[in-house]
Amino acid sequence: MSAPARQLDARKGDIVENPYLPYPVRIDDIITETEDKNLKTFRFVFINPEDEEKFAYMPGQFAELSVTGKGEIPIGIASSPTEKGFIKFTINKVGLVSSYLHSMKVGDVMGVRGPLGNSYPWETLEGKNVVIIGGGFAFTTLRSSIIYMLENRDQFGKIHVIYGARTPGMLLYDQELKAWEARDDMNMHITVDGTDDPNWKYNVGFVPTITEQKAPPADEDTYAIICGPPIMIKFTQPVLDNLGYGHDRIIMSLENRMKCGIGMCGRCNIGKDFVCKDGPVFTLAQLNTMPKEY
Amino acid sequence: MTFVKIDRKEWAEGVSALKKGYQVFGPVKEGPGKEEKDHEFRKLSGDQMPEMDYINTRLSPKAAIYPQSEVMFTYTTDERKDDHHILKEPKRDETPKAVIGIRPCDALSFLLVKKNFDTPEYKDPFWLRAYDATTFVGYGCDAPCSSCFCTSAGSGPFDEKGLDVLLADHEEGYLAKVLTEKGKALMEKAGWTSAIDAGGAEKVFGEKAAASQGKFESQISTDKLAQISSMDLYDAPFWEDIAFSCINCGTCTYLCPTCWCFDIQDECRGCDGVRMRNWDSCMSSLFTLHGSGHNPRGDKVSRVRQRFMHKLKYYVDKYGEGIQCVGCGRCVRKCPVNIDIRKVCEMMNQYDPEAQNECACPTT
Amino acid sequence: MQEYTDKIRQIARRLLEEGTVDMVIGFRKGSMPMMNEPCMVRRPQDVDQLVWDSNCGINLANYLTNRKEKIGVVAKGCDSRNIVTHIIENKIDRDQLHIIGVPCGAMIDKRKIASLVEGEITDVTETEEGKVIVKGEGFEKSFDKAEVLQENCAICIHRNPVVHDEMVAEPVEEQTDVDRYADIREIEAMSDAERKAFFDDLYKECIRCYACRNACPLCYCPTCFVDESRPQWVGKGQNENDIRTFHFLRAYHCAGRCTDCGACERACPVGIKVRMLTKKLEKDCKELFDWEAGISLENRPPLDAYRPDDPDEFIK
Repeated sequence: MSAPARQLDARKGDIVENPYLPYPVRIDDIITETEDKNLKTFRFVFINPEDEEKFAYMPGQFAELSVTGKGEIPIGIASSPTEKGFIKFTINKVGLVSSYLHSMKVGDVMGVRGPLGNSYPWETLEGKNVVIIGGGFAFTTLRSSIIYMLENRDQFGKIHVIYGARTPGMLLYDQELKAWEARDDMNMHITVDGTDDPNWKYNVGFVPTITEQKAPPADEDTYAIICGPPIMIKFTQPVLDNLGYGHDRIIMSLENRMKCGIGMCGRCNIGKDFVCKDGPVFTLAQLNTMPKEY
Repeated sequence: MTFVKIDRKEWAEGVSALKKGYQVFGPVKEGPGKEEKDHEFRKLSGDQMPEMDYINTRLSPKAAIYPQSEVMFTYTTDERKDDHHILKEPKRDETPKAVIGIRPCDALSFLLVKKNFDTPEYKDPFWLRAYDATTFVGYGCDAPCSSCFCTSAGSGPFDEKGLDVLLADHEEGYLAKVLTEKGKALMEKAGWTSAIDAGGAEKVFGEKAAASQGKFESQISTDKLAQISSMDLYDAPFWEDIAFSCINCGTCTYLCPTCWCFDIQDECRGCDGVRMRNWDSCMSSLFTLHGSGHNPRGDKVSRVRQRFMHKLKYYVDKYGEGIQCVGCGRCVRKCPVNIDIRKVCEMMNQYDPEAQNECACPTT
Repeated sequence: MQEYTDKIRQIARRLLEEGTVDMVIGFRKGSMPMMNEPCMVRRPQDVDQLVWDSNCGINLANYLTNRKEKIGVVAKGCDSRNIVTHIIENKIDRDQLHIIGVPCGAMIDKRKIASLVEGEITDVTETEEGKVIVKGEGFEKSFDKAEVLQENCAICIHRNPVVHDEMVAEPVEEQTDVDRYADIREIEAMSDAERKAFFDDLYKECIRCYACRNACPLCYCPTCFVDESRPQWVGKGQNENDIRTFHFLRAYHCAGRCTDCGACERACPVGIKVRMLTKKLEKDCKELFDWEAGISLENRPPLDAYRPDDPDEFIK
């Protein structure tokens, strides 16, 4: 018979994992991060302890947070896989689900579906110098990355972090930032756009300016990871170009509207690639060959 | 290869017999407007028979596998219950399905859509379970309509891809070509077992296919799509003209057998909630709208471009197995403003970024 | 019709050559029988795309919303009334427009014609004598155009543009003694149960593609109520109440603004008689406020204005 007949059902009963089914979690802790109270960090504990193992992730991945009756939102994982017993997400209050989440309390039950997407390219980054450049609330998976690198410090070369927000009160993970600043095995550069705090002892200036001053010059072994608002990225990219960073050495994490998180529902594509499945992490060299639909 | 002859009487009896073991879907004439002449695939009730006097249905048969609106999970938000806020899969009717009378173009569409729902990394359980439980009984086309172009879209009037059985009109009934084990099981259930000489039957199928092939008036060229760079096509000057008339309704996407995009929504009545998925459309600005208000495809030109680029370029590049279109012609026939994928495909396939062709207008 | 086409091209060429407008919006010949495609022409050498015949049923006012250019727009009676509404509602400036008025000979109904023949239609032409010739594989039939009009066109009493900068021909005679609301009175006369059954049946095929809404020049809300998520007024699935809510509310949003152009019904891929609701509200506006939409640039629609002498019958 020449007709390419449909394979009979070898798979039946084989679909054990339903990729749309979230792991049930309990809210374990909620921290208000910023002075405008629009950013809260949620710590979740898996209700079924074995789910924690299934939720094996690397920094740069995200998950769909599921609130029954409201829906799901894709959020970058802010905890590091080296932190055990919980997962953390920092959530900006924007839409239906995130606004509802902000009203939820410790002890409430919800769901987490993931981990989803690729991660930062940790195999490539092994043994390399890493420059992390972040702005505003897009610092969540960068926090995950910093914790991860510091826990595995000997696997990386020099680590630079440049992180800025509008004001001191808008910086995420305040205490951790200060602890990192004090360490001598990394270069932490905290900055704010402006402040009237006379005791502010860190940088004042936009992220691109501080990057120009503090980022190491480019070489084959140095990679930059950038996450931030579009305006920051727009002005930081030329700075990195001037410093000589190749576009395959500049790593970015994108956001697009998502629903399924597994490359099926069709909305987050940029050209033939899905931000949810093929990303969210792309090199600038990759993005240069893709439509600017993000 | 088995060939079976089904006469009128056996046909009616067989369809009735099938209903005892399958949920049977077939083309029936239904609709609000007395003047509306299109058929739809519906689940056949009691004594309902498929109405086979049709060219093709108004909507594609995709809903038999992939309903427009489908409950994924149920839950309760009542905190007095132990399992509050925990999602559960509802019980589903797992009776096998038989889709009777599906055209070869539409049968192929399921294989295209499967690439999206059945990936090495993730399996969509809702789509796959329904697909696996379904037997497709195709119906060869003797009289394609003028807007059909399946022969240049990877299919053909008697194409067998994606089918378990292929029927052809023959004398006072049908000739059936049994293509798979699943097809064989269905034929037995229906009691359609009068096997006939394969040589003669194969010849009938061959002749009918050739006769039908000769009637196609419309075709598309897709040979150059893979070579043109995606960014060149994306930046081509013709999109504004193509998109101008578009009203960004979802007609083309909802009627299309190969459009698979969906939305996920939670809805509650009191404490009883569902998480459901509904067909969605890249024509809708909401499809890509960020929470911040930013929209990467915020204007209609970018949405129209997305639809055609997806079908005719992104899909081509992603899978290397041709276009995401089977040439059923529904979008051509039903677009309220007559945007014609055949014309768009021609413009894309012929596009030469070097040519600096000043005129971006299609020749009409 | 060739006369109209020639004149439209001539005017469009002149407007573009003189730079009076940046673009002309009209129709070009479609690829399917009884279908024309709205199009825009920016250069004088492209005006020969433009055509006029009885398949120009889409309402071109829909293509003007929030545009910034100077535009020449081809407008039949109903388009012109929606242009008036657009101007009143600040969706376009009168000064931006050069309205090329078309005295309308009414549009033909592709569904009705399809229902009158067996087999696929491959070609439809009109004669100067008012005949519509329908051809297909193995048949050719001729109909009086009057038999095969879109329902809204058959009862239209404003075929001539109410506002224009120039006309492509002398005005046509307007229909008088038309009973616009016979079908609506039938629905009004139904019992509650009958009426519910009628509407259940009317919307049962709806696939929520929103072609009716999107073809409607009145439906220009940046976010339609059905698409709102905060609050979510309407469910997103195929629940019949949600579907009816969409149709009912949309109709109410169009009350006193709808010109019965029929674009909604023409666009519907599943043949729903969308006008059954909008026309009821049109009838109410006529009876309660003696109002017809889009006739004058001076008056705002009745649900958008208050006058001390409003009869207010509906809230007593």
